[in-house]
Amino acid sequence: MPTPNSNLIARRAEFVSALRTIVPGEGVIDDTVALAAYECDGLTAYRQKPMIAVLPETVDQVSEVLRYCHNVGLKVVPRGAGTSLSGGALPLADGIILGLGKFNKILDVDYENQCAVVQPGVTNLAITHAVTNDGFYYAPDPSSQIACSIGGNVAENAGGVHCLKYGTTTNNLMGVEIVLMDGTVLRLGGKSLNEPGLDLLGVICGSEGLLGVVTEVTVRILPVPEIRRALLLGFNSLESAGTCVSSIIGQGIIPAGMEIMDKLAIEAAEAFVNVGYPLDAEAIMIVELDGSAPEVDHLIDIVHGLAKDSGATSLRVSNNEDERLSFWAGRKAAFPAIGRISPDYYCIDGTIPRRTLPEVLTRINKMSDEYNLRVANVFHAGDGNLHPMVLYDASIPGELEKAEKLGSDILTLCVDVGGVLTGEHGVGVEKRDLMEVQFSSSDIDQQQRLKCAFDDQGLLNPGKVFPKLCRCAELGQVHVHGGKLRFPELDRL
Amino acid sequence: MREVWKPQNVSELQSAIKDALSSQITLELRGSGSKRRLGRKVHSNVLVDLSRISGITLYEPEEMIITVRPGTPLAEIEAALAQHNQRLAFDPPSYVALWGASSDHGTIGGAMMTGRAGSRRLTAGGPRDHCLGVKAVNGFGEICAAGGRVVKNVTGFDISKLVTGSFGTLCAVSELTLKTHPTPNDTVTLALLGLDDVTAVDTMRQAMSSSCQVSAAAYLPEQITNHFANNTLPPHISATLLRLDGFHPTTRARAETLSNQLKSIDGHQLIPCTESRPLWMEISNAQCFSQNIEHALWHISVPPKNGPEIIDHLRSMFKFDYYFDWAGGGIWVEIKNQSHDYSTEIRQTIRDLVGGDGHATLMRTPHDLIDVAAPFQPLAPEIEAITRRIKSQFDPMGIFNPGRMYKGI
Repeated sequence: MPTPNSNLIARRAEFVSALRTIVPGEGVIDDTVALAAYECDGLTAYRQKPMIAVLPETVDQVSEVLRYCHNVGLKVVPRGAGTSLSGGALPLADGIILGLGKFNKILDVDYENQCAVVQPGVTNLAITHAVTNDGFYYAPDPSSQIACSIGGNVAENAGGVHCLKYGTTTNNLMGVEIVLMDGTVLRLGGKSLNEPGLDLLGVICGSEGLLGVVTEVTVRILPVPEIRRALLLGFNSLESAGTCVSSIIGQGIIPAGMEIMDKLAIEAAEAFVNVGYPLDAEAIMIVELDGSAPEVDHLIDIVHGLAKDSGATSLRVSNNEDERLSFWAGRKAAFPAIGRISPDYYCIDGTIPRRTLPEVLTRINKMSDEYNLRVANVFHAGDGNLHPMVLYDASIPGELEKAEKLGSDILTLCVDVGGVLTGEHGVGVEKRDLMEVQFSSSDIDQQQRLKCAFDDQGLLNPGKVFPKLCRCAELGQVHVHGGKLRFPELDRL
Repeated sequence: MREVWKPQNVSELQSAIKDALSSQITLELRGSGSKRRLGRKVHSNVLVDLSRISGITLYEPEEMIITVRPGTPLAEIEAALAQHNQRLAFDPPSYVALWGASSDHGTIGGAMMTGRAGSRRLTAGGPRDHCLGVKAVNGFGEICAAGGRVVKNVTGFDISKLVTGSFGTLCAVSELTLKTHPTPNDTVTLALLGLDDVTAVDTMRQAMSSSCQVSAAAYLPEQITNHFANNTLPPHISATLLRLDGFHPTTRARAETLSNQLKSIDGHQLIPCTESRPLWMEISNAQCFSQNIEHALWHISVPPKNGPEIIDHLRSMFKFDYYFDWAGGGIWVEIKNQSHDYSTEIRQTIRDLVGGDGHATLMRTPHDLIDVAAPFQPLAPEIEAITRRIKSQFDPMGIFNPGRMYKGI
């Protein structure tokens, strides 16, 4: 992280009293014990107590806090529910944490326009709960959905298991209100489609708290599908499972979910939840189809046939909701199940072109042998998002570092085969030093210039996403050469 | 005559841009020019014709992605996709008929940079939702890339979305990676005849809220149905159209379910696939408004339930024809008058009725108004300020398509 500025830390009392004039009462926390609650997010290997935590309740307060911090040069780390798996909400020793937890109201459920307007601290699942009795739901479903906040989902462009069919947060987001570092409040998008001008909404989503602080969110809600059915397929090789995925897509079928688990993940899950996963299989695949009953029944038959042709060694079709949920139970419990067979695990999040899965898993297994660390794999086969889980024991000196090194080797492999460093967890602090594996320096320069347009002093969530801090003045210079044409070979008509 | 440059590849494009920077000249970036009538007129020193930076560089049907150069004709891409029963899901519209031009459907670069989508925008998203990655030359003369070639990617800022719909004002795109989607093997349309627009919008809402997976919903008032080339629709009676895409025969089963759910309304008609597809293409392209090319044509985007109210207010001010797409939220309005575009009235009505939740785009400007019209909704001052800062971080010398979206942008 950036070296803490001791001059700022020395002015702590001054900042606390100024912030208390904006957010009164318990909204400004400077007690060291209470600040410990904010020292990490879901990436618990990294910890740092913030200098101060501020918990505003109104947009005006957010705006005034940011304007104040902008004026005095104080760094700000926004935080939703703190479930980031990439350290997106990791505090700074010389900065404040801006917690949006008090923004927890659902402001408007508008069935006529099929959307909901909510405050950023509302949890992902609470949106679905608010509309479920009327037959609607909110589609993106990150596995932390019971705890993660929608504001954090916007910051990270959160995904889930249904992305291929329903998209990620960005495809279900209709509008936001954000506050820029200088206190300016922007309202982008809303209940109509296509905002005028540049797609600012599109670039805010997934910006990991570096461009603005989200204070209101409008999301699309969808009618609940009439029926959901799933198939549980066993395969004796990852290649056959991969073939099955390709043939399903090749038939023009977009399943609601398509998940693959490897042998170690199957064993751990079955030992934990005991739902009848085939233990002799090298890979299992869960395919879920949703929609109207005639369509789902029709597609289940087709997928059944394709699975047989791809050499499925076991094949079960859900005939009721209990059965469908039992197919998913092991997959949904995969992370805690791994937690039972290892003292610690490190969850990685790369995306690869689907067809490279067998090759990538073979190479991961090889790395696993080399590092002498076990790796279990779960894979969102629909959208190519791979979650290898590296099993390690943090009580053995050096093993965490070894696990992290293996993780970065795996992510480099994902990029090598045409994929990307992160599919849904974000870059944060965790992967920022790998950005140069995927992007050239001019790619990163352009991203940092965008950051400069929003936050020219680099005060909002610095130290995240980019391997180096932004140098806005330097990045803004155009280097031109004289006034003569240097490329006379160009075809000029 | 302006000078025309025709770079053949990205390195020549980069050279051209470096030349423009060192010579301090401005550039208009153009594919085939089929959408040049959309947006403000560009006054530049040089026209950069990107049509030679063309071709599909990668198409992986099983991965559902395609990588293309910006000058690739849309028709070429659609033909390549059709061989694998795939398509671009956002119904890229063709507006040439609106401007009285020939049947050029344009390039993929133009389709993505103008950011327009047809009827399925409602459920499938727009170009921005289908752009996975871009490569471009920025206004510093550097080649830079963003995004990737996989569907699920949160690595770095989503610059691909920012560039999509930017009308070439930020950078000169040299390559785009897009999502492809299976073409449904059947499309049927449930038509409900004779509704007024308030009932129609409410019916479309019911349909979109049902579990029948309606993929598009439009309402054609009785004045407009006989302007459709597709003769499926009975003339002089309004038609509320609900589109169902999917696998034959389950599309029909869904249409029947939907028809039952809406049985309190009379006059149901089922339009089969062969007629449904051209009908929806006409709706996406606003083809019924290609007769009076000197009349201003607007596309208004509002929350669906406000559609009828907007129309009602406009009626008291001037004469026009209209229809609703996007379940009522996308309104096409053709002014019946050559000398006015009524932008003040239209934008004031939107402000009065829905505040910031709506906007209007002038899709066709009468010739006499071209130099004074504001085709895009004026931005709120704070949004205009950030837009200018973004522009200057991509194109600090203002060489790309100057003024295409807004004055100075």
